[in-house]
Amino acid sequence: MEPYKGLTAVAVPLDDANIDTGRIFPSRFLRKPRSAGYHNFLFRDARFDEAGSERPEFIMNRAPYRPARIVVAGANFACGSSREPAVYALVDAGFRCVIAPSFGEIFFSNCFRNGLLPVVLPAADVLELRRQLHEQPGAQMTVDLDAQHVSAPDGREYRFEIDPTRKLRLAQGLDDAALALAYLDEIAQFEQRHFSTWPWAAPRGNGAHG
Amino acid sequence: MDRPLTLFEKIWNRHVVTASADGESLLYVDRNLLHEGSFLAFDLLRHAGSRVRRPGGSLAFVDHFAPTRRVEGDRAAAIFDADGRHVIVELEKNAKAHGLEFFGLDDELQGIMHVVGPELGLVLPGLVITGNDSHTCTNGAFGALAFGIGQSEIKQVLETQTVWRSRPKTMRVRIDGGLPARVSSKDVALALIGRLGAGAGTGYVIEYAGSCVAAMSMEARMSLTNMAIEAGARAGLVGPDATTFDYLSRCARAPKGGDWHDALEAWKGLATEDGAGFDREVSLDVNTLAPMVTWGTSLDQADGIDGRIPQPADVDDPDKRAVLERSLAYMGLTPGAALQGIPIDRAFIGSCTNSRIEDLRAAADILRGRRVRVPTLISPGSMSVKRQAEAEALDGIFVSAGAEWGDASCSMCVGSNGDLVASGRRCASSSPRNFEGRQGIGARTHVMSPAMVAAAAVAGAIVDVRML
Ligand code: SF4
Repeated sequence: MEPYKGLTAVAVPLDDANIDTGRIFPSRFLRKPRSAGYHNFLFRDARFDEAGSERPEFIMNRAPYRPARIVVAGANFACGSSREPAVYALVDAGFRCVIAPSFGEIFFSNCFRNGLLPVVLPAADVLELRRQLHEQPGAQMTVDLDAQHVSAPDGREYRFEIDPTRKLRLAQGLDDAALALAYLDEIAQFEQRHFSTWPWAAPRGNGAHG
Repeated sequence: MDRPLTLFEKIWNRHVVTASADGESLLYVDRNLLHEGSFLAFDLLRHAGSRVRRPGGSLAFVDHFAPTRRVEGDRAAAIFDADGRHVIVELEKNAKAHGLEFFGLDDELQGIMHVVGPELGLVLPGLVITGNDSHTCTNGAFGALAFGIGQSEIKQVLETQTVWRSRPKTMRVRIDGGLPARVSSKDVALALIGRLGAGAGTGYVIEYAGSCVAAMSMEARMSLTNMAIEAGARAGLVGPDATTFDYLSRCARAPKGGDWHDALEAWKGLATEDGAGFDREVSLDVNTLAPMVTWGTSLDQADGIDGRIPQPADVDDPDKRAVLERSLAYMGLTPGAALQGIPIDRAFIGSCTNSRIEDLRAAADILRGRRVRVPTLISPGSMSVKRQAEAEALDGIFVSAGAEWGDASCSMCVGSNGDLVASGRRCASSSPRNFEGRQGIGARTHVMSPAMVAAAAVAGAIVDVRML
């Protein structure tokens, strides 16, 4: 994974609360390989009508917001289904940061494995950011992972908290799975201990039925 | 004396392979459950040139794309489209290539992963269980720490049988009292989310306790833990007790003989100890709980059947008002209208929340001797459940009532298999989610218990199942 660099980019406000991962990436595209171009499926049913024409009323379709790389959303963003394609679609469409008062937890952790930074800020601050973004369509924001703050269009800085392990991995582009692979010996020792006292916990057989 | 521990702490402590000082622990995963969507994880595995470390630690289930219908008795011939066929074939190929046990379309044990795993006894108290599906939390009903993860993490589990986790907070929800007639654990789950809010459980593992939970069957507990994710909690737990042990003693793949006795000893020591601390405690009394119905597009937009659609004008916070207006516009509902009497266009009984034998019995109790007024699809959670329902002659009740009795699938919960609700149509559904577009583009979903869905199907409108 690439190390996470800070960014300055256009931000797009999404006002609704509880936008679930199915709205971000509709279920019917879950059968598509990522090579099909997941950015095409991002907010598909909000962006396009059933005939495939863009819905002009959807904010991401408005010219000033098209270059956006930051989303500023309502509470409980990306709740629901565990589908990582919701993250893939945002990343493939160029997004690198999502700011919201709260997130669906599975989405939140999926973000870190794909170089997408989820930022939690108090609801009142997020509301203020969205207000500015509506007032100045196409306004830019800055995200600084190192200093842990985002800057609003009006220049005000908002500090955010982030788990230090996650920050480090994101900043250095470290891959979680690769980090786990370094512990294969410990895992083997763990299994010996674990299954010697809990033999019943070991997976029993395989392909054993039908 | 040692500090008293919660069930969660005991499972967590047991499964830490290594802990980093400043945050995350590497947690061992005993079982990893996969559905068709896992092809993305296997693609990642292939690109990394990696292999599955412990094939017996993962199991693969065809559920999302499984058809409910057949073509001349043939299930595979009824698959909705070429992409769906492709992901089913991919799952089988990946399972076979890596040596994973596979529950395919023609398997007599086929069904929804969150139904089949538990009913076979593959899910046991004290284990850590992951799955490429958010409703993996269902398995927590057995006192296992079970949670859904994304495809990148599934790849890591396949490679290492571990996940990185920072320790969640704990919330105990005490549910006390006796459930009134025709009120079920689904109603409890909805009432709880309505009370707490759809994001309230974020960052927590919930333990469900109290006299009401203690009196619940395993099936009822699974409907409860299944909805933990709808409260925002990745995992929900119920302490293993005599009900759990009795259920497992009858499961084909649960430990047997000497293993069973060892297991039972270990399981008896898992329960949360008196005086153990939780980060948050909540309580709910269910003695007067009414059947619940969702009216919006988020699970906390729900009310008792006697309720009314809220008035946006009554909401002061402009942000919240806008959210409410948007939901009502999508759902095509009039502020202030009564929930009772809202006409529906179709009904669905099934999904990992409510497709087990007790759910089907509850639906059959309502449908016996009655006729449905709207197209009604009933999809059992597994082919084992289907056989049991047929042995109890429930299928005859459904068919005589005019409902369609299908095969096991996620079916109309999400429509991946083609069982879709048309745009603008209103569906009474026993599934867990009422999100925009969940059952199809523009589809309007009202989540409720299986008995309430059956009653709505009979009336052609949302009604109070207690009045039938
Ligand atoms: S039944 Fe519905 S909620 Fe359950 S696993 Fe299938 S699609 Fe997901």
